[in-house]
Amino acid sequence: MNRQLDGQLGFLVGVNVLILAAALVFVGGSFVNLFNFQSMGAQVPELGLLSLGVMLAMISGNGGIDLSGIALANLSGVMAVLLVPLMVSPDAAPVAYTLSFAFVALVAGCLGGALNGLLIGYAGLTPIIATLGTQLLFTGIAVGLTGGSAETLGYIVPMDDFGNMPFWGVPLPFALFIAVASLLAVILRFAGFGKRLFLLGSNPTAAFFAGIPVRRMLFTTYMLAGVLASVAGFIIAARTSSVKWDYGTSYVLVAILVVVMAGVRPAGGYGRVICVVLSAIALQMLSSLFNFMSISNFFRDCAWGLLLLLFLASARIDLTPYRRVRS
Amino acid sequence: MSLSVTANDEGRRAGFAKRIAGFFRRYPEAFAALLILILCIGVGLLNPAFWQLANLFDILRGSVVRGLFALGVLMVLAAGGLDVSFSAIAALVMYAVTKAVTLFAPDTGMVLIFIMSAVGGALLGAINGVLVNALKAPSLIVTIGTQYAYRGFLLTFIGTALFMNIPPAMDHFGQWSLMSRTAENGFTVQLPGFVLVLAVAALATWAMLRFTLIGRAVYAVGGRPDIAERLGYRVSSVQLFVFAWAGMLAGVAGIIHVSSNRLANPFDLAGIELSVIAAVILGGARITGGSGSVLGTLLGVVLITLVSNVLILIGIPSAWQTAILGLFILSAGVFFVLQKRWS
Repeated sequence: MNRQLDGQLGFLVGVNVLILAAALVFVGGSFVNLFNFQSMGAQVPELGLLSLGVMLAMISGNGGIDLSGIALANLSGVMAVLLVPLMVSPDAAPVAYTLSFAFVALVAGCLGGALNGLLIGYAGLTPIIATLGTQLLFTGIAVGLTGGSAETLGYIVPMDDFGNMPFWGVPLPFALFIAVASLLAVILRFAGFGKRLFLLGSNPTAAFFAGIPVRRMLFTTYMLAGVLASVAGFIIAARTSSVKWDYGTSYVLVAILVVVMAGVRPAGGYGRVICVVLSAIALQMLSSLFNFMSISNFFRDCAWGLLLLLFLASARIDLTPYRRVRS
Repeated sequence: MSLSVTANDEGRRAGFAKRIAGFFRRYPEAFAALLILILCIGVGLLNPAFWQLANLFDILRGSVVRGLFALGVLMVLAAGGLDVSFSAIAALVMYAVTKAVTLFAPDTGMVLIFIMSAVGGALLGAINGVLVNALKAPSLIVTIGTQYAYRGFLLTFIGTALFMNIPPAMDHFGQWSLMSRTAENGFTVQLPGFVLVLAVAALATWAMLRFTLIGRAVYAVGGRPDIAERLGYRVSSVQLFVFAWAGMLAGVAGIIHVSSNRLANPFDLAGIELSVIAAVILGGARITGGSGSVLGTLLGVVLITLVSNVLILIGIPSAWQTAILGLFILSAGVFFVLQKRWS
């Protein structure tokens, strides 16, 4: 098993190095300066957190997927923007405002994730249908509450600093992302929850007979994905000082691309946090590289689609001999 | 009912629930029909302006493109897959065909235009089918990939500009009306001729699913792929066929979209995927495959069109449509799961 894991990790490190090298050749010094790295570092967390949510859903097996991530991220931002000013004034107490903003967003993410978890774990809906439905529902609530327009936060110092002021050269959203990812990695690796999740994903029937509470596990997994989405929602709000229901709609595809590229098995039971992080970073660098080379956004969409297919193909080639040895 | 519930009562109630569940199991289309009925009666009571022929024409007109897409999704879903790339196929085909006809042969007849778009769509759909077979990955993920690839290809290599002057044949076809009626508010509403295309496509899909060997194979493969394979069905050819069929219908739908709007916009039709899938699910097709009917799908499409057309009549702002659509999908999902558990 270990050789397989290291292969994926080595591959992703290689991809990152390759993209950096390509950037040096095609763009030169302006790509590798501190400012560009900071701006990339501030953009990775949104995508990375959503991808981690998709990864959790996929690991849990049974066709697990979470299509509602970005919708929930936007909804939790919208909820916070609408609710928090009723409790705390942004001008009088900016720190309290920022903290309550984060709190309300997290609660919204928790509730949204719990809804997914209830539908999939307890009601027994297929993850695709449930998260398709909640994607529409979350988007719809966000549209309904805002009437379809963007809501601006105004300039709130601590929140804006969090989003846009690097601390010792490190963008704070990136630091938060790494902290959350590490925590998740530890949970998956060492906690009982993580072990049970991988077992559940590789063989749900065996997991059920081994006494794993399948329903509660699914519930917790999708709720966790919802919490990750709401952290992304907070970061989006802090970085852009506004929230809108249709922010980042392409993240639905790109998050799946990140996860597939990271070698997470769509059938469930396998996935690593560090691979997802590296894969999100690689895609962000590639995207910035396209920007520097002024390649059109449309071609970028095309490239993302083709890359997804390519990585599905490569996963298929890698796994076949491996599976034969194991069985 | 008395407070103390005897075992007999409980048994009878369980029997009743079972019979209802059994009914919906046999006729899953009834769920969509019931919702349509409730919606019509409710809206009709709140706003009597609902009851007019012009409204019916509007709903039929609005159902054609979505209906063609939905028939394609039904085929793929019945065979155990999921397709979200049809909107990109339709956009690519409609724009490429309109542009090619305008530039090279502006006098091309409508029949030839339809044949070109059907063949083009079927080819793109066949690419989906081949990839789903070759990659052995969930078809949702594969078609998300091809969706972006097709649309990205369209916008990068074919064009991004609007096409206002569409070929005359398409313009005439879009204007062709079977009946016209003046609504109460003075607008004249027409029953467009392209409604017939949906009728033909629905009949063809129904007949194919019901009477041909490949149609039966679609359900067999969708229900239990392993057993179907042992029975001698070639799963890969069935998959290729359903995706090609869905692509073909999408291509035709794209041409109708251009003809009725009298302009070709390469950015159109994006984001319609979820509401189409919702229609098929509401029509009683199970996402796990092996079931679904043309009648149910058409009812689902009418229901979705109804929601987007009439909510405004009873004072629900259009901003809430998406949320209501989401609720509908979820309730359909929960309903069909519960019905399975009870019967």
